[in-house]
Amino acid sequence: MTIEQQSGSMGSAFFALLRRDLLLAFRRRTEMLFPIVFLLVVVSLFPLGIGPGPQLLARIAPGVIWIAALLATVISLDGLFRSDYEDGTLEQFVLSGHPLTLISLAKIVAHWLVAGLPLVLLSPLLAIWMNLPIESLGVMVLTLLLGTPILSLIGSIGVGLTISLKRGGQLLSLLVFPLYVPILIIATAAVMAASDGLPYTAFLGLLVAGLITSVTLAPFAAAAALKISLS
Amino acid sequence: MNTNVTTMNKEKARKNWLVMFIHKMGSPPWFYNFAGKLIPWLWAIFIGLTVWGLYLGLFKAPADYQQGESFRIMYLHVPAAWMSMMIYTSMAIMGFIALVWRIRIMEILAMCSAPVGAAFTIIALASGSLWGRPTWGTYWVWDARLTSELVLLFLYLGVIGLYNSIDEPRKAARAACLLAMVGAVNLPIIHYSVKWWNTLHQGSSISVTGGSNIDPSMLWPLLIMAVAVKFYYGANLLTRARVKLLEQDKRKGWVKNLVKEHKS
Repeated sequence: MTIEQQSGSMGSAFFALLRRDLLLAFRRRTEMLFPIVFLLVVVSLFPLGIGPGPQLLARIAPGVIWIAALLATVISLDGLFRSDYEDGTLEQFVLSGHPLTLISLAKIVAHWLVAGLPLVLLSPLLAIWMNLPIESLGVMVLTLLLGTPILSLIGSIGVGLTISLKRGGQLLSLLVFPLYVPILIIATAAVMAASDGLPYTAFLGLLVAGLITSVTLAPFAAAAALKISLS
Repeated sequence: MNTNVTTMNKEKARKNWLVMFIHKMGSPPWFYNFAGKLIPWLWAIFIGLTVWGLYLGLFKAPADYQQGESFRIMYLHVPAAWMSMMIYTSMAIMGFIALVWRIRIMEILAMCSAPVGAAFTIIALASGSLWGRPTWGTYWVWDARLTSELVLLFLYLGVIGLYNSIDEPRKAARAACLLAMVGAVNLPIIHYSVKWWNTLHQGSSISVTGGSNIDPSMLWPLLIMAVAVKFYYGANLLTRARVKLLEQDKRKGWVKNLVKEHKS
């Protein structure tokens, strides 16, 4: 009997892990709220710091919301593999015989559902706060829907690399922010184009391309990073 | 038939020689000695070419009809900017080799490249902004090239930061090599997105090269300098790698023998 048969198929391992992670997150509901509250607080600081002029706020809204989303993602990312690493579960995953790539992908999907999706759902409120024109509100939500999974995927590589460090969080932001530059540029450009009444589908297409590329490549890199960190 | 055999043997011998060379380069004492012999030559060629290139560039080349004397910053700025990108690529390639074949010398070479590359990036940024003052009238413009250089600097700092924060040297090197590879995959995307962001936001009227034909008397010093800094990279890299190797192998026999030889 092979390991594969002993511990079920790859698909069932993926969903079992996904279910477990979601359950764990649900049991610690307060922690789920941290990135959301963080996003709210950061965005609300901007009108206080810059002034409540509606036109200025509308102009900087896409950038502010997206940068706040980047920060919120990086803050929540640190927990992606942390507890599994500390209690040794991650090593058991490696020994389980299932591809580490698949395990990483399951954890990333769970992370996005817990930390990324709430940001997307919250973004209309933020857009209204920031006085974003109502026509571009949908585009804002759409860019976040397409973009935040990319943030989780690319971020997982950085988390895998820094997991063995005691204070990896600060280093993590240094590692992943430069890699987030293209997403930030494309996503904010899409929203600005929509605000100006220009066509924006090309930008969304680029985001989709980025999502597909990172879904196919990032889990492999994250798995390689985890293997190095566990060695 | 006979000739066939001899050519085959010759080819085998040649292949063996190359394989032997690569194998030997993987051995720390052999690499240490080989690099030690190479380094003085690299420094000498670097200094010779730099003196020649700078003499031609700073004294012989005529002043630019638009930018005057300030264009001469180019002889430092452009080679440094080219090197900053070339070193990142070479670091990622060496990192790939190190990860796939687990060659320790390659790990060391890749990691010793990072500070040199970061230094070139800082030189490119600083000279670029000094050059910007007379030509653009300001020290910093969010120009596509300067912005990509800045992001490149952050990527270098990430690699250096990760390498220095993991205690175990080989694990640190492998992690940082992987990060360098991820960065290298992203680098073209970052470069083009920044370039395109720049045209999108401020209809960039400022162009560094201007697209005009450069006179040979101005071009030659630039090419000489571009070659010179490559020798600098080689010399600096090998010097750093030798020190790193001694540091990592300080308890090994060959280093102890070396110290003994040095003392006697």
